[in-house]
Amino acid sequence: MATEKWGSKLGVILAVTGSAVGLGNFLRFPGVACANGGGAFMIPYIIAFLIVGLPIAWVEWAMGRYGGKKGFSSAPGIFRAITGKDHSAQIGTLALIIPVIIYMWYVSIEAWCLGYAWKYWSGGMQAIVTAAQQAAPADGKIEAGIQAVQNYLLHFAGVVPENEAAGTGNFRILRQFTQGSLPFLLICFTINFILIYRGINRGIEWFCKLAMPALLFCAVLILVRVLTLGTPNPAHPDASILNGLGFMWNPVGHNLQDGTLVQVSFWEALAKPQTWLAAAGQIFFSLSVGFGIIMTYASYTKPTDDIALSSVSAASGNGFFEVALGGMIVIPAAFIFLGPESIITAGEKASSLSLGFLALPGVFEYMPAGHFFGGLFFFLLFIAAITSSLSMLQPAIAFLEEGLSLSRQAAVTLLGFITAIGALFVSLMSHGLTVLDHMDFWTGNFCIYLLATIEVIFFAHIMGLDRGLKELASGAEMKLPKILPFVLTYITPLFLIVIFGWWLKNEVFSNGPYIQALKTDPTVQMTIGFILITTLFFSLLVHLAVKRWNQAEASQPKEIP
Amino acid sequence: MSPIGWIIMLASVLGMTTLFFWCIYKVITHSDAEEQVHSPADIDPHDQGE
Repeated sequence: MATEKWGSKLGVILAVTGSAVGLGNFLRFPGVACANGGGAFMIPYIIAFLIVGLPIAWVEWAMGRYGGKKGFSSAPGIFRAITGKDHSAQIGTLALIIPVIIYMWYVSIEAWCLGYAWKYWSGGMQAIVTAAQQAAPADGKIEAGIQAVQNYLLHFAGVVPENEAAGTGNFRILRQFTQGSLPFLLICFTINFILIYRGINRGIEWFCKLAMPALLFCAVLILVRVLTLGTPNPAHPDASILNGLGFMWNPVGHNLQDGTLVQVSFWEALAKPQTWLAAAGQIFFSLSVGFGIIMTYASYTKPTDDIALSSVSAASGNGFFEVALGGMIVIPAAFIFLGPESIITAGEKASSLSLGFLALPGVFEYMPAGHFFGGLFFFLLFIAAITSSLSMLQPAIAFLEEGLSLSRQAAVTLLGFITAIGALFVSLMSHGLTVLDHMDFWTGNFCIYLLATIEVIFFAHIMGLDRGLKELASGAEMKLPKILPFVLTYITPLFLIVIFGWWLKNEVFSNGPYIQALKTDPTVQMTIGFILITTLFFSLLVHLAVKRWNQAEASQPKEIP
Repeated sequence: MSPIGWIIMLASVLGMTTLFFWCIYKVITHSDAEEQVHSPADIDPHDQGE
């Protein structure tokens, strides 16, 4: 009986951690950290974790459960239920479009994971490596194999600009289908929608419990191999594990100026608003805070559930995988196999997500049974990503059901159509990863930041701390920090507003790289256009939903006092 | 890798690991974690199966 109890508690930990861990931990965090000051980045990161990530996660759980008691599970319904005012439902539009748009590019990375796993396990990767090694001189065989795998990703993901890829633009779709990641994208898309269509959450929970220990085991194995790499190529003594760890953790940033690596001092890195924005953005992204996802799931919980501990457990599991594993594996490996310049180039764009795909094959070439572990790692990453992407679809489905009275099947079909357009847009416009980069920045950083700021102000100053904290404390066995009301009222909003204003001044009013790209690059303009059209569409649906809710409430018999 | 780099790395990794293990301890000593501690993976949206 005692063993059974232990087993089920372990299951709780695995399910909580499993649903928190995703691509952000292993692939996004290392690149973002490196591009924003390395070790210096960890200071805003830890500050953001403590005064922004954890408090806003609590805010979302509390607001969600409160809304659930009022009969709403979607962010527009929850915001409206809290204030009793129709126009506040429009705030919830952000909470619908953020996960939907992130899903559109997230599923592409999911497809890369599945494609890599397939390529490793089917022997395809071995064939690529063997062919390259046969043509290489005796002392450069391993490097030739690594180079071949890296080239494979560039073509597989469509990173190579159109004019450099084989064939012409007219055959891009065909090429993406036959040589690229499009078939895997279709498989991922289908799996996601079958799972969400059938609504098999229990299956996902089981998946998490099984896959999580395997992912942890596999990541620890890879970590051990990375840390024992030493200096794999004696011809390049600087490309060592110690220098790789130093590149990640020394409190010195790096910039590329005219192709030359320039160091940025600790204070210089901290004096950039982009560093703080990126730190908060990474916390939001990996904790799934500021997405509206937690709010929707929290609405289904019972008043006796311990949402305070649920929230901290997910955040801590996430932080552990991100810092202790993600931060120790990808960058040191990328430093050795790609060089510091490539890390900075990739880290400044969302293509930092591609760093793991480019660098880890190098590690697998130096591991016994490396191709087996390569396949296993990418497959487990694919599973971790599936659990995250499924949760991204639920807020919009919940809204379509309760706002427009659609059946789950109809809601899933409509959402499938919308996200398919977006995912194809990302996949087919993938050269240079421009669309992915800008979608990630404007939704994964900007919109999340905006929504999180609105949420915390809303919670502390409109919903009211008494109401909100009472909801959070209901069912909680852990004591909430006494400083929490002060943090939520002043520290968190102030921190977010100051960083946002600082960033606006530096980026928007000084013509920063994202604004410059928006003015000059047609692909970026199309991307922003797509985001705006999607926002407008959902805003219209929210307007219709509010009308329906008002009609339904008006037709209900009034309570006799 | 500079000494400050080592300190930042160890503090970050140990800090996150400690927080994670503290949460594991809290879940293990919770009176009814199986029923009351949740994640999106184990929360059933009410509409499922309808």
